[in-house]
Amino acid sequence: MKLFKKIASFVLATGVFFSSSVYADTIKIAFIDPLSGPFATTGTIGLAEWKFAVEKLVNEKGGVLGGKKMEVVALDNKMDGKESLVQVQVAIDQGIRFIAQGNSSGIANAITDMVKKHNKRNPDKQVIFINYSAVDPALTNDKCNFWHFRFDANADIKMDVITDVIADTSGIDKMYLIGQDYSFGKAVAAAAEKYLAQKTSIEIVGNELHPIGRVKDFTPYARKILASGADAVITGNWGADMVNLGRSLKESGFDGPVYCYYCATAGITRTFGASGEGMLNLVGEGFMNPANPELLAYVKEFKAKYPEADMSQARITNAVPMIAKAIEKAGSATDMVKIAYALEGMEHYNDLLKTKVVMRTKDHQAIQNMHVGIHTKDVEIDFDNSGYGIKGYKTVEMASMDSASTCKMKRP
Amino acid sequence: MDLFIINIIDGLIYGLLLFMLSSGLTLIFSMMGVLNLSHAAFYMLGAYLAYQISVFTGFWVGLIVAPILVTILGAAVERYGLRRVHQYGHVPELIFTFGLFFVIEELVQYIWGRSMVNYNSPESLDFIAFSLAGGTIPAYKVFMLLTSVGIFVALYYVLAKTRVGMIIQAALSYPKTVEALGHNVPLVFMGVFGVGTGLAGLAGVIAGPSLTTFPGMAFLLGSIVFVCVVVGGLGSLFGAFVASLLIGWLQTFAASYNVGAADILIAFGYEFPKDVYYHPWRDLWTLTLPQIGPILPYILLILVLVFRPNGLFGKRET
Repeated sequence: MKLFKKIASFVLATGVFFSSSVYADTIKIAFIDPLSGPFATTGTIGLAEWKFAVEKLVNEKGGVLGGKKMEVVALDNKMDGKESLVQVQVAIDQGIRFIAQGNSSGIANAITDMVKKHNKRNPDKQVIFINYSAVDPALTNDKCNFWHFRFDANADIKMDVITDVIADTSGIDKMYLIGQDYSFGKAVAAAAEKYLAQKTSIEIVGNELHPIGRVKDFTPYARKILASGADAVITGNWGADMVNLGRSLKESGFDGPVYCYYCATAGITRTFGASGEGMLNLVGEGFMNPANPELLAYVKEFKAKYPEADMSQARITNAVPMIAKAIEKAGSATDMVKIAYALEGMEHYNDLLKTKVVMRTKDHQAIQNMHVGIHTKDVEIDFDNSGYGIKGYKTVEMASMDSASTCKMKRP
Repeated sequence: MDLFIINIIDGLIYGLLLFMLSSGLTLIFSMMGVLNLSHAAFYMLGAYLAYQISVFTGFWVGLIVAPILVTILGAAVERYGLRRVHQYGHVPELIFTFGLFFVIEELVQYIWGRSMVNYNSPESLDFIAFSLAGGTIPAYKVFMLLTSVGIFVALYYVLAKTRVGMIIQAALSYPKTVEALGHNVPLVFMGVFGVGTGLAGLAGVIAGPSLTTFPGMAFLLGSIVFVCVVVGGLGSLFGAFVASLLIGWLQTFAASYNVGAADILIAFGYEFPKDVYYHPWRDLWTLTLPQIGPILPYILLILVLVFRPNGLFGKRET
């Protein structure tokens, strides 16, 4: 056993040595997302954004706590719930105190439960869960806990923003809701129904879920949407389901807007190309276009280092400096209670996006400016190196700032 | 009614695409007596090769060259792989093609990455062929339709009217006799396997721009092709044709009409529950036809196997 431990620590030490030149005394963030398998593209892009943000926004600005550097440790969860928990344990065993994860709300739910239990049992080795992408509203409502911080807007906030835009758009009288048949697709449909009824008199002419990843040809769906007389479509589809739906709509002669959650980057923007122009309306935070000089310089440098990746998740440029600020304020990189208290309620001004972000105290949901943008060629910063990108045309300042939350947070 | 006509056309286009896949598969089965489980992988390979070629030279060169490349590759697989496995019987052959599926699929992802690639229809076909009932049929879909019909006619002509076709048909039923008559049956096998996979490749080439070229495409279409072949009757080209169209229409119409279980239950005199979201039979009440659409072909498959094991037009036991 002792020998095993020795070998293990040797392997670990050499691994750390080769993976980083600043191995000595860094503050580590474990990045746990898919880095292999079918979802590797998304994970790899996220990792690049994290690494770059840590380097540019913290380390090159002098680090934290008087010169300590931060470091991202990549751990592959293969988009699997069980594997994710194993990787969280690996991170904890390595003494890492920050866990960053984003892809899949299911995994985020599992991690937040594990972190909660772990912190209760191991007050000397507590960790903080940085959720940078998982948007299931439950994470900051019923399932909220003191250690979980969400930097993306949740699905409800996004729908709130989409429906604000729709309410202001003339000529939309009939809406069609279509999504993938699983928890997220259902959450999107429920939120759309709720907000459309609250804010508009738009008639919902179709509300349906299709089997996820099993529809070969979306043409009949597109025909049905057209036949329903819908003026616009809302969908939470991602991946090939998003592309095929959008293309079929276009081919069938649908010329209204499609409001979507995930219709850009990771190959989607490139695949749509000209056919998505004027059709795809994406909701999100921190859009790149129109760009300002600082952001342009940052993205240019990022693209030089990671030519295949996109700066698609601007929230990471919020998360990284906010963690650094919280560590600074707490005066320690290991007193997680203090750091979490510093992080909640924190107001941060993002120099790149020129906007403010607030980590709401009551549920640890980041409140930030949200945008709706359109797929167009008229951009300075494109996605997928395709010449096409998303240009924001409507901003909702501090979206859903006063929205309710069922979170009853227990604080240590 | 308008929606009905447009669905007929959409289903026809989709069905003919399925036929292009199932025709190759059923030919190979007739010849070798083995289901080529890697068939859909050749379909995927065709799409990706055509994408790569189209990047350099445009769509039309890809349309010609990619299926030829897939044909050569398929023939090579038969010559250097399957033929060696053949002597051990059908099960090892089946396992061989099963493994081949994953090898090709992983290889494609290794070379072209795991996100979708930008393979689009040519600009010369980027217009609306005609409008119908407020919907449009793009020219590319018409092109798909014509190509598939062309393939069917050509295949039928070769098999029914030419000397090569006669030898193939004879080799299907009496390989030993054909060999005894001095024909090179292994060469016929290689040719049929090559052409069969080449047809799958061609299907990939023309489906790629329409159904998106992405890593999951082989998996998505793979199983449905077997259904076409079994329902139509293994080894029957005409059966594969009928079954492909049938399944094309079945899937199109199922996705198109939101008939729900609730409608049927109400028709039988049951009352719609007040608060359906908390009702114990909620899943049944909210079930709609589009949701079960993707499994309908498999139900058809089971029914056919139970009531007509030879398939609709098959001559021998499956």
